[in-house]
Amino acid sequence: MNARSTVLDAVRKALDASGVPDPGPAPRAYRVEGAVAARSTEAVDLFVGRLEDYRATVVRTTSAELPATVAAALSDVTSVVVPAGLDLSWVREVREAGVDVQVDAAAAPRTHAELDAIAAVLTASRVAIAETGTIALDGQPDQGRRALTLLPDRHVCVVAASQVVGSVPEAVRLLAPHPERPLTWISGPSATSDIELVRVEGVHGPRDLRVLVVQDA
Amino acid sequence: MSTYLGMPTVRPMPAHAPDEPLRWGQSFPAAAHDTLRDTQLRANLRKATHTIRDKRLAVTAELPDWEDLRDAGAGIKASAMAALPELLEQLEASVQARGGQVHWARDAGEANRIVTAIVQATGAREIVKVKSMVTQEIGLNEHLADAGIEAIETDLAELIVQLAGDMPSHILVPAIHRNRDQIREIFDARMGDAPDGLTSDPATLAAAARAHLRARFLRAEVAVSGANFAIAQTGTIGVVESEGNGRMCLTLPRTLITVMGIEKVLPRFEDLEVFLQLLPRSSTGERMNPYTSMWTGVTPGDGPQEFHLVLLDNGRTRALADEIGRTALHCIRCSACLNVCPVYERTGGHAYGSVYPGPIGAILTPQLLGIGGSGVLDPHDPAASLPFASSLCGACYDACPVKIDIPTALVHLRDRVQHPPGHRARPTVWSVALGFVALSMRSGRAFRWVGRIVPVLARVLPRRVRRLPFPGSLWTSSRDLPPLPRQTFRDWWSAR
Repeated sequence: MNARSTVLDAVRKALDASGVPDPGPAPRAYRVEGAVAARSTEAVDLFVGRLEDYRATVVRTTSAELPATVAAALSDVTSVVVPAGLDLSWVREVREAGVDVQVDAAAAPRTHAELDAIAAVLTASRVAIAETGTIALDGQPDQGRRALTLLPDRHVCVVAASQVVGSVPEAVRLLAPHPERPLTWISGPSATSDIELVRVEGVHGPRDLRVLVVQDA
Repeated sequence: MSTYLGMPTVRPMPAHAPDEPLRWGQSFPAAAHDTLRDTQLRANLRKATHTIRDKRLAVTAELPDWEDLRDAGAGIKASAMAALPELLEQLEASVQARGGQVHWARDAGEANRIVTAIVQATGAREIVKVKSMVTQEIGLNEHLADAGIEAIETDLAELIVQLAGDMPSHILVPAIHRNRDQIREIFDARMGDAPDGLTSDPATLAAAARAHLRARFLRAEVAVSGANFAIAQTGTIGVVESEGNGRMCLTLPRTLITVMGIEKVLPRFEDLEVFLQLLPRSSTGERMNPYTSMWTGVTPGDGPQEFHLVLLDNGRTRALADEIGRTALHCIRCSACLNVCPVYERTGGHAYGSVYPGPIGAILTPQLLGIGGSGVLDPHDPAASLPFASSLCGACYDACPVKIDIPTALVHLRDRVQHPPGHRARPTVWSVALGFVALSMRSGRAFRWVGRIVPVLARVLPRRVRRLPFPGSLWTSSRDLPPLPRQTFRDWWSAR
């Protein structure tokens, strides 16, 4: 017998031998909706507070002011990479300020070494969770492939207030129709608790997470 | 003769590298006897476990539905186990449909051979690894080294353990037995490119690890990971982490190999909404861990273009056959039970002689090796002492996010060790005495008659008994016999 049938056979025999009946569907009495309503002012406030707990930088802005806010978040870098599907009006002012804005297109993707040499990345996001201060990326054209948001040391991420939900279940259900998309959930800058279980921010992932919350979008 | 050069030497913990990751060293009591003498270790563990306990309690108390989430987690795991064959077949089909390749491994040796063959086919001589318990369990790094392939651990704690030549002593933080000063010494002595003037500041140490590993991430062609969960319905695999080393490994190399125990499969994508709340709050005491990566097979133009999933048994079906012990397979490796365990806090993880230490290790390790269902583990095997490595205080059960009743499983496995199925035990003084007690407690009438003997004895015996004749002397050699009551509770109650 090959390994596959041996393992499956062993599983079936073990289930029979244990004599444990099928427990049936799991109880699901937990909350689906968060304590704060999705897209509400309270949700945005909670989201911002949670992110600040993780020592991310959060800036509240409006769609009209977004190009200026982006430029301010990138005022001290010389280069920034953006995914091909990003709304290019966002980088209008940062370009005018003389920052080298590189577009990562599928036809000519930047190499990993090139991405590593770029100081910052600017992306949109799919959904944000207020209770946990989490941003989920699902690799769509306005967020780009995963390497893009990983190698530059600063990640500037734009979250619209209309994308903020209250709870983890709300976000999972929003993402569930497309499980095939590569998902990255980000909750603050990279961190570790490996030395004496004390949290330290800044290891391999971006050490500087700046979240721009667009309140009227 | 050796010359003292004034450089601190890093001594591996334990001193000798074990052959078997699931069973090494002495029995628990003997090993604990040694580790308890290490006052530095006890101080390190006390500080770390107490830090994390308070954080965990704070973030779990924040959720009004925490107990409902635990019930859901326990229920999902139980129903996944009941449907395991179908879920594994479904997972295989989902992963293949998205361009991944699925391999099955009966045991550690088979899994190691599969991974080695995949790496060799790529021509890579060096691989990067995401922290994974299952690859520790099968001793993958050592196997790859024998084939001339260097496995680089990229999780900070795993890196510390690898550089020091240690064994992991904690499920989540394998280097918990080392404090910041020791870690600085390890980096200084063993990390070729450690910066000059390295201090013991955790942020500085983390920065040194970042610099050390960056070039290795960028040149890596193959990565090996474990899995926190795999969704049968969609073929989605998830890895939960903090540092970003996981994202590096899961994103940059061309080839990704994921090794997972068969018990990690979950039925539906929506089940993530339960485990992504339970796991981070229970493990690092955070509302959410910094990074969670989920991928489904291969995504063209994004991440690894070759994906292999290795499904491993290695004793899990043995545990599954045990009606009580099987709950150990529900474990999501959060390590909350280790952090609250009074025994673990004092003895440390190395006393357990397994990559799975602490309360969950005490029920998982012996079952993976064969106590329980098919009961092949020798009662004198060091791993057979693990179910006794507990005071049965129950703190682990209270902390477990999927409500594994570890105390009950411990008692059940103790019985399995003492009375292997099919073996008739020789009567001992204990078993005869306890048999008599059991008989007397079987009915109210029997208990009343036995109770009447006590006041009679109390009248015959002196008020204070300091030494009983054998076999009672086994008890009185180190304890005082309490004074016998002159009246039973029942008599006192009816005369009231």
